[in-house]
Amino acid sequence: MTDKKVIVYSTPTCPFCIMTKKFLEDNNIDFEDFDVSVDRAKTQEMIQKSGQMGVPVLDIDGEIIVGFDKERIRKVLGL
Amino acid sequence: MFDLIIIGAGPAGITASVYAARKKMNFLVITKDIGGQAVWSGEIENYTGYQFITGLELAAKFEEHMRKYNIELKENEEVIELKRKNGGVWVKTDKGAYEAKTAVIASGKRSRELGVLGEKEFKNRGLSYCATCDAPLFAEKDVAVIGGGNSALDATLQLIQIAKHIYLINNTRELGGDAVMREKVSESKKVSILNRTQVTTILGDRMVSGIKIRKQDKEETLPVQGVFVEIGLIPNSEFAKELEKNELGEIKVNCRNETNIPGIFAAGDVTEVPEKQIIVAAGEGAKAALSAFRYLTQHR
Repeated sequence: MTDKKVIVYSTPTCPFCIMTKKFLEDNNIDFEDFDVSVDRAKTQEMIQKSGQMGVPVLDIDGEIIVGFDKERIRKVLGL
Repeated sequence: MFDLIIIGAGPAGITASVYAARKKMNFLVITKDIGGQAVWSGEIENYTGYQFITGLELAAKFEEHMRKYNIELKENEEVIELKRKNGGVWVKTDKGAYEAKTAVIASGKRSRELGVLGEKEFKNRGLSYCATCDAPLFAEKDVAVIGGGNSALDATLQLIQIAKHIYLINNTRELGGDAVMREKVSESKKVSILNRTQVTTILGDRMVSGIKIRKQDKEETLPVQGVFVEIGLIPNSEFAKELEKNELGEIKVNCRNETNIPGIFAAGDVTEVPEKQIIVAAGEGAKAALSAFRYLTQHR
């Protein structure tokens, strides 16, 4: 559990998006998930925050992680 | 000192680790990721025992099986060099160095890069190697797909549903790949097929804004916001300089998965074994681990 706010920007087809969300679920982390394949505004927000277009992107209390970087996610969330 | 180091945790590396665990070998697995290319294989209908399973689900089952044994696993770690040392093997990674009596190389393949100006800068800034992942971000945009085989056709078919217009840029005389896919692509009004055409530069400022192409010595600029590179795969074998490879860079092995160096074995897509299939890679991984086990019992 964490009190940090976790946002995931993802598409339904990308394997690493699915793996990222499963990893968060397995660790009992609540998160908000935006499907950037349909939500244009959130796509722009993701590009703005991360400076790039690859998914998944995680925003953990302002800290941006691009890709399924398990080690960094663990570190930032203190898992 | 370990008995065995397994490099890679795709179908071959994971199967090798299951076999090594059951032989109670003292071994280490070093890998960049888990599941390898299986993760990217959309729908699988030819892995015996599963009439239908997604690549992601099969990879998850592989991982679960491997983790059932208490194995030593270094994830997110990349092998930089592997060589012979004192009759064993020395492996250097981006995080450390390890020694073992034997090794199984199962490091698989990765996407081939174009090698043109702007490619590195614009990776994930409009340039992608994974249409399945990133295509949805290019809704109503003009994009280019580079390549002429099945993976390029597949990317194009995915993009037809999403993008505004697709330039399919193929450097040979005509498209390869399966006839069924080729027909679908050719019939779409959204697709322009440019044969005998090379990409020379990726253009843009912060994000991709176009590509420079060359067709029979004529240069031209195409305004596109997305570039999908689908020009096949290359083996992750550069770190093993002492090993014999074929012209594609695939490691040469015999039917026992032995390389030219005693004690070093290889399995799966990184080898020259024909048929790059998940089930073949898994079987080869099993053989390689058993060969390493046999080698150890004979050299004790």
